[in-house]
Amino acid sequence: MTNKNFNIIINGVGGQGIITLLTLIAEAAFVEGLDVKSSELHGLSQRGGSVGTHLRFGKKIYSPLVPIGKADLIISMEMLEALRETEKSGKNTKFLINEYTSPFQGTLSKEEIKKQLGAEKNEMHIVPASEICKEKLGKEVVSGIYLLGWASAKNLIPIKKESFLQAIKNSIPEKYLELNIKAFNLAYDV
Amino acid sequence: MKKVLLGNDAVVQGALEAGVDFVSGYPGCPSAEIGDNLGKIAKEKGIYAEWSTNEKTGLEAAIGASFSGLKSLVNMKSFGINVCADSLLPLAYTGTKAPMVIFVGDDPSCHSSAQSEQDSRGYAYLFQIPVLDPSDPQECLDFTKLGFEISEKFNIPVILRSTTRVAHQRMPVEFAEVKNKTKKIGEFIKNPRQFSTMPPRTMEMKKELLEKLEKIRDFAEKNKINKIIGKKNNKFGIIASGISYLHVLDALETMGLDIPVLKLGFFYPLPEKLISSFIKGKKKILVAEEMNPYLEKEITRLAKDSKVEIHGKDLLPEVGELNADKIVFALSKILKIKTKLLKIENFKLKIPRRTARLCEGCPYWYIFPTLKRMAPDAIFTGDIGCNMIAGFSPHNMQDTLFSMGASIGIAHGVSKSTKQKTVAMMGDGTFFHSGIAGLINAVYNKSSPLMVILDNRITAMTGHQANPGMGKTLIKEETEELEIEGIARSCGVKHIKVLDPINIKEFEETIREFLNKEEISLIVCKRICALLAKRQKADRHDQ
Repeated sequence: MTNKNFNIIINGVGGQGIITLLTLIAEAAFVEGLDVKSSELHGLSQRGGSVGTHLRFGKKIYSPLVPIGKADLIISMEMLEALRETEKSGKNTKFLINEYTSPFQGTLSKEEIKKQLGAEKNEMHIVPASEICKEKLGKEVVSGIYLLGWASAKNLIPIKKESFLQAIKNSIPEKYLELNIKAFNLAYDV
Repeated sequence: MKKVLLGNDAVVQGALEAGVDFVSGYPGCPSAEIGDNLGKIAKEKGIYAEWSTNEKTGLEAAIGASFSGLKSLVNMKSFGINVCADSLLPLAYTGTKAPMVIFVGDDPSCHSSAQSEQDSRGYAYLFQIPVLDPSDPQECLDFTKLGFEISEKFNIPVILRSTTRVAHQRMPVEFAEVKNKTKKIGEFIKNPRQFSTMPPRTMEMKKELLEKLEKIRDFAEKNKINKIIGKKNNKFGIIASGISYLHVLDALETMGLDIPVLKLGFFYPLPEKLISSFIKGKKKILVAEEMNPYLEKEITRLAKDSKVEIHGKDLLPEVGELNADKIVFALSKILKIKTKLLKIENFKLKIPRRTARLCEGCPYWYIFPTLKRMAPDAIFTGDIGCNMIAGFSPHNMQDTLFSMGASIGIAHGVSKSTKQKTVAMMGDGTFFHSGIAGLINAVYNKSSPLMVILDNRITAMTGHQANPGMGKTLIKEETEELEIEGIARSCGVKHIKVLDPINIKEFEETIREFLNKEEISLIVCKRICALLAKRQKADRHDQ
């Protein structure tokens, strides 16, 4: 971990397990002895609205909000929400995107979203996490954990694999633990 | 011990460490986790916890507890304080016996609030009781404990005012382990001189409150939650409180500036001497606060004899939450520094907005279209809860939206003023919260709206809290299941139909029949929330 703070934005649609993902990364940073702050939204946004959460870790963190253009990594659980975030990303912002769309009246087509994402100059990783989790684990709900494993395998977040696994053990209830660890490790196998 | 905690969970921990006995309140965002999570551990920790029917009954329950010697915590969102204001004013006069902390969660930027961007700090001037304004989860814990301490010391209720970015912020928090205790049985010792407001005693009580306030002012003046950080001897200074303080520190770090910051943990009463000494010798001050310029006004008053230039809402918005970027902007204007502020350049791309929508399988999918089809010209007055999604596409059928219970109140007024058909839509939780009074008013004054109660068997929007229609309390005890139609009948409603909205034909016929009535009518659309049904099924499967 360098002296620079690391900023992550996690977004998607209500009900995609975004807050679980956020708490796991926060816990992993804490396990490494780093300072960490996050900000999340509940309530109205749970009902199918856009959910944008912020997480920052490093030596000393003040505000929980990532300033415009300062995200190091944007994890999007939904493609249109990824596209929405491109407006506020910086030159060095990397994207890790779940290849999944939650359509609504008046939305853009998946092809159009893909095209517009492709036109961005940022480093982009588009991963079919929902599909893989459904196929291999029978549970789409852990696609966020799969993406976390993916980010860990590709070193997109400066936190050790062991710390993520420890965070999962610290935060996930016993009965879902095995499934979550499986989803995390699955990304390492690809 | 240290652990990553959510702001609201830190309030829970602070209350436990302070030895809370009695918890009441009404769920809302961003406050609901407090009641939810205290409810889960209430039994083992020897605490009584309830969801009250509304914030007023919640506060009154805590008043009874306080007068009986129990430490109480009341929790609510911003608008809740409007509801309980009627009893909070006399409580400021009588004072508390055992300590009481009232948590109020404001929501700058209206992330999960419909009715207004309320800055509840303003109530401090009306109630004249202490208001603490934490910035992060550690302060949520520390200030909760301090709130109980102040309340105990001065026999006064203390407001802990949080905001979404504090209540739903996580960070590593230092905390102490709390042992389980047995439930405390209090005793009400009669003292009408103290517990009853009745003139001429009321005027004496007001005087006592003002005297108390002077002592609290001294306490606030010396308390370390108001603090100055950064380089002294600077001609420029910043005064901040709440989340704005963190944004200020962030902005200073980004700009590489070392400027003294006065951090105010007390919003009320203000440490006026400390503020005056901070201002002294300075040429310029930036007041960084979200929403209303309350601090700025007070500080301008305190600075009136000096030549210091006070900045605040001339450079920072009064609408919407603040962030570090907005502070950087204000600082660069005041200090005439050129800062490269990143702009959102790519606005050419118009990304379709995603609004809240009904969940898959939600019973309201049957209700909204049927109502719209059967009463295309009706005036639809809306209410708070999942049913306010009626205002969004594809429904677009909410003609008014105000506050909890207002749909029937306004529908009655429209009915009395026009010849138009009016339909009031309200959820079950809202009916029990404050809908009944409006219904009685409409019946009593011979009004004719059609009231539709969207009874999904739970208070859904705020995260599935129990309500009086469910036969279950917060701590999962069995209780009387109140029947909406029974209440309406005894309120004098003659035309009542309870139905399952998926029986479209029956629903249609009832709407047609009731719209032609010249008296008020009620349809209770009873069908369980789809998420709750799914969860109950999963729970059964687990067992």
